Amino acid sequence: MSEPVIEVRDYRKTYGDVVAVHGISFNVMAGEIFGLLGPNGAGKTTTLEALEGLRSPDSGSLTVAGIDPVREPGKLRNLVGVQLQSAGLPESITPDEAMRFFCAYHGIVPRFDLLERLGLSDKRKAQFGELSTGQQRRLSLALAVAHNPRVLFLDEPTAGLDVATRVELHDLMRELQADGTTIVLATHDMAEAEEMSDRVAILLRGRIADMGSPLEITATGASLTKISVHTETASLAVPDLVLPAVDRRATVDEYDIFFSTDIGPTVSAIIARIESQEDTLIDLRVERPSLEDRFLEITQTGGVR
Amino acid sequence: MKAFIHHFEYEFRTGIRNKQLLLMNYLFPLGFYLMMGFVMASINPPFREDIIPAMVVFAVLAAAFLGIPDPLVNAREKGIYRSYKINGVPATSILIIPALTTMLHLIIVATIMTISAPLLFNAPLPQSWLSFVLTFIALAFACTGMAVLIGVVSPNSRMTVLWSQLVFVPSMLLGGLMFPYSMLPGVAGKIAQLLPATQAMNAFNGLAMGKVADFSPWGSVLSLLVCGLLAFALSVYLFSWDRRNTDRRGHPLLALLVLLPYVAGILAAL
Repeated sequence: MSEPVIEVRDYRKTYGDVVAVHGISFNVMAGEIFGLLGPNGAGKTTTLEALEGLRSPDSGSLTVAGIDPVREPGKLRNLVGVQLQSAGLPESITPDEAMRFFCAYHGIVPRFDLLERLGLSDKRKAQFGELSTGQQRRLSLALAVAHNPRVLFLDEPTAGLDVATRVELHDLMRELQADGTTIVLATHDMAEAEEMSDRVAILLRGRIADMGSPLEITATGASLTKISVHTETASLAVPDLVLPAVDRRATVDEYDIFFSTDIGPTVSAIIARIESQEDTLIDLRVERPSLEDRFLEITQTGGVR
Repeated sequence: MKAFIHHFEYEFRTGIRNKQLLLMNYLFPLGFYLMMGFVMASINPPFREDIIPAMVVFAVLAAAFLGIPDPLVNAREKGIYRSYKINGVPATSILIIPALTTMLHLIIVATIMTISAPLLFNAPLPQSWLSFVLTFIALAFACTGMAVLIGVVSPNSRMTVLWSQLVFVPSMLLGGLMFPYSMLPGVAGKIAQLLPATQAMNAFNGLAMGKVADFSPWGSVLSLLVCGLLAFALSVYLFSWDRRNTDRRGHPLLALLVLLPYVAGILAAL
C-alpha cells in the first residue's frame, strides 16, 4: 500500500441547483480496500460514477491508475471492474451468455469458473430475470472480476445475499486484495465495512465527515467503551462506588456495566477493587464503540471534518 | 469482431426468447397476414395482387416500430447502458445490433409470406426479384433506423409508445397497405409520402410487382435509403448513456431531420 491508485482532488458535482458533492479530496492506495460510507444522498454513488467514467466532474480532478476516467474511458475499461448497485443486465440474458458477452468485449476467454465459484453452476442457462436478487448480484460480481481488474468498484455487494454467499464474497475480496487488486466498497453495512476495509471515508451531504482506518475513526468519537464485569461476590455492585473515567453505569443480570471514556484507568481500578475485596473475577468484557456507533454519531450530529 | 458476433447472437436469440419480441417479430405479422389473406382476399379479390408487398410492409412496421424502441428505452432506464459503457460495449453496437437482428427476423417472416401467399391465397409473385429484395432492404433499413431513433430520443416508455404509434397507425391507414395510394385525396397523399410505408409500396408496385407507380419508384428507394442513413447517424449523435436520458449532444427534435428525404421528394415533384 505505497502509492495511490485513485486520486480525487476537489471533486465537485452539481445537479441543477443541488450540490451533490462539495469539492472532496482523497486517495486510495494500491492494494487497499477502501470503504465509502454514508446515508442515502450523501454523494457516494455520484463519486463512484465519476471514478467509473459515468459522470464528468463540474470541477476538480479524478484519476484511476493515472487515467482520467472521463477523457480516456477506453484505457480504463480493462483496468477497472464495476459491480453496479442496479443489475445492469438484460432480463433475458443467461449467466453463460453474459459471461461470454462481457468477456468478448474485454478480449478475454470466458471465466465460467467464476460462475461455479459463486454458486451459479446450476443457473447458467436460466434467464437473468428468473434469478433471485442474491444470484443476480453474484453474477454481476463474477462479471466485474472476470478480467482481473486492477481496481474493483463494489456498490452494495452483499445486499440480498445469504450468510454463506456473503462469506464467500468476503473471501473472494480478500483473495483479490492479496493479488494486488484495489477495492472501493460502497456499503450501508457498517459491520462489513469495519471487517473488510483498511480505510473508510464517511460522506455526509457531499462532504467527507471523517476518514481513516475503522480503528482510527471509532477512536476519535465521543462514544464510550462498554466494560461488563461479573464477579463471584458482586464486590462492584456498590451504588456509590467511584471509578476513574466512568461516565455512567448500569446493572444487567449479574453483570456490572461501566461506560468509560478511558479504558486503561477504569479496568485497572476494577481489578484493584476486586482484589481488595477478595472477590473473584468470573468474566470481564470490553466492547469498543463500533464503526456503526461512530457513523450514527457523525450522521446525527452532522459533523464534518 | 468476436464481441460483435456474441452480441448479435444474443440479440437474435432474444428476438425469439422474449415474448414481446416474439409477438412483434413473428406472431403478430404472420397472424395478421393469415387473417388478411383469408378474410380480405375473399371480400376484396384484387387485394390478392397486393398481399405480398402489403404484408411484408406490415411485418416490417410491426417488428420495427412496435418491437425495437421499447426494449431500448427499458435497457436505458434499467442502467444496462451504464453497465455496457463500463465494459466497453460501443454505442454503435447497442444501436445497430437490434436493427440488424430485427432485419434477420424480417427476412425469415418475409420469406414465409412470399412462399406461402401464392399457395394459400393465389397471390402473384414479384416479377423482379432483385427489385423486390432491394425495396425490402431499403424499407427495413429506413424503418429499423427510425425505430432506433425513437428509442434514443424517447424520455420514457410511455412516450415511446406514443412516438411509435404516431408512425405505425398512419402507415397502416395511409401507406397504401389497405387501399391504393391513388385513392387518397391531395393533402392526405402528401402526408402519406412522409411515411416509409407509402414509399415502399410505391417502389414495390413500380419496380417489383409489375404495376404502375404513383410517383418515382427509384426516388422512393433512394429516399428510404437516405432516411435510414440519417436515422442511424442521428441515433448515434443523440444517444445518451444516462438513465434519465438527459445527457445528450443535441435536442431531440433534431430527430425530425429524418423526414428530410421524403420532404425533398414531395418538393421535387411540385
